[in-house]
This record gives sequence, C-alpha cells and structure tokens, in this order.
Amino acid sequence: MDSVPFFPPQASSMAAQTDWLYALSLGIALFFSLLIAGLLLSLAVRYEYRREVDRSNAVEESLGLELLWTAVPLALVMLLFFLGAKLFFALRRSPAEALEIHVVGRQWMWKVQHPNGRREINELHVPIGWPVRLRMISQDVIHSFFVPAFRVKQDVLPGRYSELWFTATRGGSYHLFCAEYCGTSHARMVGRVVALDPAEYQRWLSGFGAAQQPPVSPQAAGAALFEKMGCAVCHRASDGRAPTLEGLYGRRVLLADGRSVLADEEYLRKSILTPGWKLVAGFAPIMPAYAGRLDEEEILQLIAYIRSLQRGARHG
Amino acid sequence: MAEPTATSYLNAAYTARSWLLTLDHKRIALLYMVSITFFFFVGGAAAVLLRLELLSPQADLVVAETYNRLFTIHGVIMVFFFLIPAIPAVLGNFLVPLMIGAPDLAFPKLNLASWYIFMLGGSLCLVALLFGGVDTGWTFYTPFSSLYSNSNVMLTALGVFVAGFSSILTGLNFIVTIHTLRAPGMHWFRMPLFLWAIYATSLIMVLGTPVLATVLVLVALERGLGIGIFDPRLGGDPLLFQHLFWFYSHPAVYIMILPAMGVVSETITCFSRRRIFGYSFIAFASLAIALIGFLVWGHHMFVSGQSMYAGMVFSFLSFLVAVPSAIKVFNWTATLHKGRIRLSTPMLYALGFIGLFTLGGLTGVMLATLGLDVHMHDTYFVIAHFHYIMVGGAVMGYLGGVHFWWPKISGRLYSEWWGRLSALIIFIGFNLTFFPQFLLGYLGMPRRYHVYPPEFQVFNVFSTAGASILGVGYLLPLAYLLWSLRYGPRAEGNPWLASGLEWKTPCPPPVHNFDATPVVRHGAYAYGPDGELRDA
Repeated sequence: MDSVPFFPPQASSMAAQTDWLYALSLGIALFFSLLIAGLLLSLAVRYEYRREVDRSNAVEESLGLELLWTAVPLALVMLLFFLGAKLFFALRRSPAEALEIHVVGRQWMWKVQHPNGRREINELHVPIGWPVRLRMISQDVIHSFFVPAFRVKQDVLPGRYSELWFTATRGGSYHLFCAEYCGTSHARMVGRVVALDPAEYQRWLSGFGAAQQPPVSPQAAGAALFEKMGCAVCHRASDGRAPTLEGLYGRRVLLADGRSVLADEEYLRKSILTPGWKLVAGFAPIMPAYAGRLDEEEILQLIAYIRSLQRGARHG
Repeated sequence: MAEPTATSYLNAAYTARSWLLTLDHKRIALLYMVSITFFFFVGGAAAVLLRLELLSPQADLVVAETYNRLFTIHGVIMVFFFLIPAIPAVLGNFLVPLMIGAPDLAFPKLNLASWYIFMLGGSLCLVALLFGGVDTGWTFYTPFSSLYSNSNVMLTALGVFVAGFSSILTGLNFIVTIHTLRAPGMHWFRMPLFLWAIYATSLIMVLGTPVLATVLVLVALERGLGIGIFDPRLGGDPLLFQHLFWFYSHPAVYIMILPAMGVVSETITCFSRRRIFGYSFIAFASLAIALIGFLVWGHHMFVSGQSMYAGMVFSFLSFLVAVPSAIKVFNWTATLHKGRIRLSTPMLYALGFIGLFTLGGLTGVMLATLGLDVHMHDTYFVIAHFHYIMVGGAVMGYLGGVHFWWPKISGRLYSEWWGRLSALIIFIGFNLTFFPQFLLGYLGMPRRYHVYPPEFQVFNVFSTAGASILGVGYLLPLAYLLWSLRYGPRAEGNPWLASGLEWKTPCPPPVHNFDATPVVRHGAYAYGPDGELRDA
C-alpha cells in the first residue's frame, strides 16, 4: 500500500493486519456517516415544508425500528471488539525466541543497548524477519515508543518495565517518534528505526559505532557491577545470609509473609532498589536499598547478569 | 440593549449592580454567555497560533516552549471554561426553569455563587497564562506535571479545581430544580428532551467532578510537598493519575455532548413540525450514555501499561456507548420523515451536528478497537476524532441553541441570511480543518509536535486553511447577533411557532417568567398532523 499516500509504509508483520482492520472500520464509519448524511439531505428535500407530498400516517414510534437500530450497531461493534482484541493480543504477546534489546527513554532521547552491548542513541537497528522485543523504561517522565511503519506503540514509564515487540519485514529506515508528551523538546525526541538483513545486522552489531572500544555485553557489564557494588559479598557468601541467585530468574520465590512471587525483571528491579518490599522467606532484611545509586541502564545490566546465572553454575 | 415594550428581565433594571448581584437565572445565564464567549475567543486565539505554526514543518513562528504553552492553554480554556459550561450554564440556566414552568432555579443564590466561582477559577487560569503559562497539556500527566514541569502548574490546577465547584453546584441546582419545581402536569415523560439531557449531564457533573478535584489536589501535594503519589522515585504510581484523571475527563466529554443532543431534539422537532420519533428511547439513551460513560475511562490507556485484560474490558464497555448514541441518531433522522422541514439556521446547525457527531462517534468506535488504537493513540487521528465530537458536536449544538433561543433571550431576530451563511461556512471550515487530521494521524503524526517530518505538510496546510475559514465562521455570529440587539426586528411571542413552555412567555420573558403557574396537559413537541402548534 506504499503507493497510497494515506498509509505509512507496511514494514512489520502486524502492519497489514492493522491496515486491514483500519480499512474495515473506516469503511463502516464512512458508510454510516454517509448513510445518515444522505438520509438527512434526502428527507430534508423531500419533506421541504412547501412541497405537497403525502404526509399521512406519520409514525411516531416503532419498536421494530428501535430494535433494528439497536441490534445492527451492537452486532457491528461486537465484531470490531473481537477483531480488535485479537490483534491486541497478538501485539502484546511476544514470542519467547525474540531478540531482546534494552531501551531507556529520558528527556529527550532514546538510549538503546543491543544484546552484545553495542549502544546507539535515537536509532534502533533491527534484523529483518526475526522478532525483536524491546525492554523499555524511562529515567524521568512518561514517554512512548512509536514506530508508525510497524504499527506499534507502547508507553515507556518510569519505575516499571514496558515491553514492545515486532518483526520487521522490510528493509529501510523508518520514523521513531515519542508519542507521549514529555516536555519542552518532546517533538525532537525522534529518531529512526533501521531494518537490516540479518547478515547486515550482524555486521552492524560487530562494529564499534561511535565508541572506541568493542562493546561490553550487558551481562559482562552487570557482572562487573555486581562486584563493584558489593553485591557479591553477601549473595556469594557461603553462610547463607543472602539468597543465592543461580537459577533465580523465572522461578517462583517464597516470601516471608507466605505468598510467592515470580522472579521476573520487574521483581528483580524492585528487589535491588528497595529490597524490603518483598522479603524472601528465611532471610533477614539486611540488604541496603540501592535506589538512587544505580541508573536504569545499570539496573538492566545487573538483571541481565542475574538472568545469565544458571542453576548449579559457578560464578564467573 | 433594545427596549422591549413590556417590562422584561432585560429592562427591569439597568445598573451594573442589578447584573452583578442578580439572582435571576436568565441574567446569570447571560453573565455566563458573555464570560464563555470571552474564553472561547482566548482559546481560539491560541488555536490560530497553533495552526499557523503547523503550516510548515520547521519551528518558524514560535519556539517549543511557547507552542507547548499554547496547546495547553487552548485545551484548558476550551475544555474547562468553554465546553463544559457552554450549554448547561448558559442555555440550561436560561431554559430549565422556563421549560418546566418555574419562576427560577431551586437555589438562585447558589446559582449566582456558581458564576462567581467560575470566574474566580477562570481568572486564576488567565493569571497563570499571563505570568508565563503552563506547559503540561490539559491532561496534566504525571510525573511530568507534578515534578518536572517548570511552569505555572499549581496556579492552573487551582483554577481548574475552583471552577469544578461551579460545575458541581450548577449540576446540583439543576437536579433539585427538575425534581421539585416542575409545573403541575409536567410529568417526567412530558419533559422536553433537552431537560433529560441536562439532567443526565448534571448527574455526571455532580458525581464526576469531585474526582477531578481530588486528583488535582494530589498533584499539588506531590508538587508542593514532595509527597509521593505519582512519581515512582517517591514510591508513587504514574498510572494512578491517569485512572483518576480520565474517570472524570472521559465523562466530561458527555457533559459537553449530551446537552448538545438535547438542543438537537428541540430544534429538529420544531423545524420538522413533528413530534420526536422514539421519545423514551432518546430519553433513556441520555441516561445510558451518562451511566456507561463512567465505566469507559480506561480506553485512554490501552498503551499506557495497563493490563491487557483491563484493556479488553474497557474496550468492550466503550463499544457499548456506541449503541445509545446510534439510537439517538436514528431517531432524529426518523423525525424528519413526513415532516414539514424548514432549513432555518438552528435546523442547519442541528443537521450539521447529526452528521458530524456520527462521524465523530464512529471514529471513536475505531479508537475503541484495541489493536487499532495501538497505532492511532496519541496521533492526530485522536485530535480529529475528539474535535468532531467537541467542535462538530458540542459547539455546533451550542450555536444552534443560541440561534434557536436568541429571540427568547434577546427579544430580537437576527438576520436569517447571515445565520445560514455562517452555519454553512462553519460546516465547511470545520471539515476542511479536521478531516485531513484523520489521515495525518493514521500516517503517524503524533500530537503535540510543533516540528514534524516534511511529508506531513500537505495535510497540515489543508487543516490550517480550513481553520482560517472556521475562524471567519465563528466571528460572523458574534457580529450579526450583536448587531441584531440594536437593529434586529423585534421578536413576536413565538417566532418559530415552537412548542414548549418557554415559548409561552413573552420575548424576552418577564423577571418571574410566568404570571400564573402554567398547567401542562400533554407531552413535549405538540405539533399536529399539519404541523400546527397544538398547545397554542
């Protein structure tokens, strides 16, 4: 549909489906708007007050008609509800094998880090044909990651992770906008998403970009932070004063109050920043809060490191 | 003001004091009319600057800081100080007692107090505007508004907070009045549908506005005292703000549109010389919209991080609102059938309203479609949609009502030729302004951007061109209505031969409305088979 000036480029696996639903619902909207407009005009002309036409037996109420124009709109909106919800579910559930890229938003830029550690700002390079999941968080106010060519958008909140996924289907460079008003330079918080052939993406990934050194992966950076911030002192101690972190990610954790919680990114992030919020059963609340001592990128790196710790593996 | 022959509410006294301390609902309505007209042109001036800036992709008229303040003040003024009070506080104030055969509202002093509270709130916002403005957008999203914005958030929020009490008190006054002051024989199902619409609107004002007041206080607590409510760094939750804000601000859209629907029911019957088709369906549709409208706020938050399942529930409920809205549109259309239709100015506005509201409503249905909203949320598609409802709907309804009851209010007739011409100009200008924004939105242009990629320019130029036509369309009624006050022919008792108790009084009505309490013997819209007025 690129030749039509009313659609953005269709460059993701969801674009065609979204456009189809748009065309359908716009069709319904225009059909009924024109139907009503046509009825109003033709009735206004036909029953113009000076015209001699048959006005006998005018009806003032009709249960049949009322039911008709209750049922038809109801059926149509239920159809749209179903189609819309189906597409929404597809847009919100990312495949497990997706490539995970970290995005940190702040006034007024997008900071991106790829799995091998390569960074970029206000640009996002992605491979074609492979699902990409963005794990996003804001350092300040609410932003929103919007790529019209992919028909995806997700608000990026402070204090909690948002996810967005897509599969690029066509090479090229596409607009990236911040869609949630975020202050003075909101309109300049823009950039581009570049979709590359997988091989090209690999080549791009191994380049240094603006950096002088080869990139350090988030896991490796997280491991270094783990030492630097003193996490290792307790979490690797043999006396069991702190829970061990191997195999923690993705497991259910039993809490001191008897409940249990899934150890996902959200849980790990909050447990690093404010350890007291959900205390693990069998441990004393001795961990200091790290809120204010780590920035969002560092937290993402620590989480990447913790995720890499498999059960039974020794600390590197 | 012209001198009618008999003593009316207009010539009963002439002093400033007799206006500023009046307890007459009709004079208070005029105080509101003058105030909101002023606010309308303040908000409109901001819109002119916005549209001029958007003529080109670069920032060449204003810088980002100014642009952000302009769209904020446009939204704040238009929503809180024009659209919400427009029909209820002006036409509702004037007409509710007249339509039910009462001498005044139940609480005349409270009514005057409401206007003063409204003006205090409006003045606070204007002061905030003069001393540097505010740049949060009318939505005040946190934590931007509570901790990051360097602008007059507190003063503006205080202004909106104060004005909210005016809304609550007005709603309360209407509810009590309609319950207790109806003339003998004026059963609920004999009331004009305008009153049903005002009643439904008042329920929303009374039940919804306190939540807005609460959320503004919470923003002030976080901003002023650093109490963590919305900012996660302080332990707060930014989405909590959105839930509370939209819990009021979505129903607020129905505060704007329901009374306009009421106006349409009055005008379309009068100018078709027909009883309304499906009276009780339209009446209950108003209540249904008001009630379901309270349960749909989460459709503003589909991509906010709200749970997917919550999104589903809100989507479903939002679709349900489409049904009573459709019922109204079809019933109005059916009212024209076998009528005697005269395309006078108020009728043109009513027909324009139905057409534009239909498209506005159906594009709202598109936005309620979950997967589609992901792409369209926060783009110009949303801007176009809600302007179709608020400008194409509410403003058209207000102007139609002002024209319809102008002879009643002023005792004078305006120029029908100018009236029709400006209605046509407004309709054309409106569509040219906002239809291109649907297309712009689907292409992906985000809202609140003063600079944009060059490929979006064509539609922006169309939109600005339309806005200039629309601007002319809005200035014309101001001119010829004011002109009619002095030079317009005097209105006879019932220039439209309209049914309804308000037309049983002289134009303009005397201070106490009715010499003797009227007795009602039949339902609203008493137009006979030949279009004649049956209760004359």
